[in-house]
Amino acid sequence: MSVAIPYTTDPRPDTGLYNAKLGVWLFLASEVMLFGALFSSYILLRTSAPEWPAGSEILDVPVAFVNTLVLIASSVTMVMSWASLKMNDFGKYRLYMGLTILCAFGFLGIKAYEYGTKFSHHLYPAESTFLGIYFVLTGLHGLHVIGGLIVNSYLWGPGAKMWKTEPDRFANRIEVAGLYWHFVDLVWIFLFPVLYLL
Amino acid sequence: MSTQSAHSEAAGHGSPGPSAQAHGAHDVRAHVKVYMMVFGALAVLTVVTVAASYLDIPMGPAVALALLIATVKASLVALFFMHLKGEVRSVVWTLLLTAVFFVALMTIPLSWYFDGPKHPEGTGPTARSLTTHEAH
Repeated sequence: MSVAIPYTTDPRPDTGLYNAKLGVWLFLASEVMLFGALFSSYILLRTSAPEWPAGSEILDVPVAFVNTLVLIASSVTMVMSWASLKMNDFGKYRLYMGLTILCAFGFLGIKAYEYGTKFSHHLYPAESTFLGIYFVLTGLHGLHVIGGLIVNSYLWGPGAKMWKTEPDRFANRIEVAGLYWHFVDLVWIFLFPVLYLL
Repeated sequence: MSTQSAHSEAAGHGSPGPSAQAHGAHDVRAHVKVYMMVFGALAVLTVVTVAASYLDIPMGPAVALALLIATVKASLVALFFMHLKGEVRSVVWTLLLTAVFFVALMTIPLSWYFDGPKHPEGTGPTARSLTTHEAH
C-alpha cells in the first residue's frame, strides 16, 4: 500500500501553500545567509586592506556584462517554461526549459573562459586577497548554477514523465525549480557590480 | 495513484492539464507580458549599472549607486519572476525575518570598527601584526 505525499498540489490550510513552495523559500532563506556571510567577509576584507584593486583592473567587465545578460535571459526562459505548463502547452515548456539549460551552459562556458584567462596569467586564488574572495564567491555561485543545471536537465528529460500522470504536481516542481533558479540569478545581480565594477 | 491529482483535475477544465489553483491560464497570459517588460527593464538596468561605473564619483556614492541599482533589479526578479507580489503571508514573513538576520550578519563584523578608525596601514583581520608575531 502506498501513501500519497500530502499537499503536493493542494495548499495547506495553515501556510496557504503547497509544501514544496514553503520548503524552497525556507531553503532560499538559508542560501541568503550563506552568500550573505561571504559578502560580509568581502566587505571586511576590503575595508581592512591597506590597498584593494578596482575590479576592472583585474577582471574582464565586458565578458561579465554579457554573462549577466545570459543569466537574466535564463531567468526569463525559466519563468516562461512554468507559464507554458500553466497554459497547458508542454511543447513550449520543453522549448523554454531547453533554452534555460542552454543559457546555463553558456554562463558556465563564459565563466570557464574567464577563469582560464586568469590562470593562464598565473592569477590564482592564492595570489591576492582580492582574487581569493573573487574565486570563492564566483566559484560557489558557479556550483549553484551547476546544481540548478542538473535539476533542470532532469525536469526537461526523464522527470518530464510526470506531466502525463500528475500535471499539477509537475507544474509545481517547475515553479519550485524556478524559484531556486531566480535566486541564483539574484546572487549574480549583486556579485557582478560588487566584484567587477567597484 | 494519488487522489489529489484526480481531485484537482475535476476542479479544472476537464482536460489533462493543470487546474486553476492560484493562477488560471488567462491570468498567466497576462503575466507573460509582464515577464517580457521585466526582462527589458533588467537588460536596461544592467547597461545603466555598467555605464554608472564609468562616472567619476567618490567610492561611497559609487557603492551606494551600484547597490541601489542592484536592489532595484533584484526586486524586479523577486516580485515578478518569483511571484512575491501577491504571495501569501507565510512566505513574506519568512523573508522579512531573513532580512533582519541578513542585516545582523552584515553589521556584526563591521563592529570591528566601532571603537574608532584604524591605523591607515590596516589593523583589521588581514593586518600583518595579527598573523606574524613581530613587535610593532
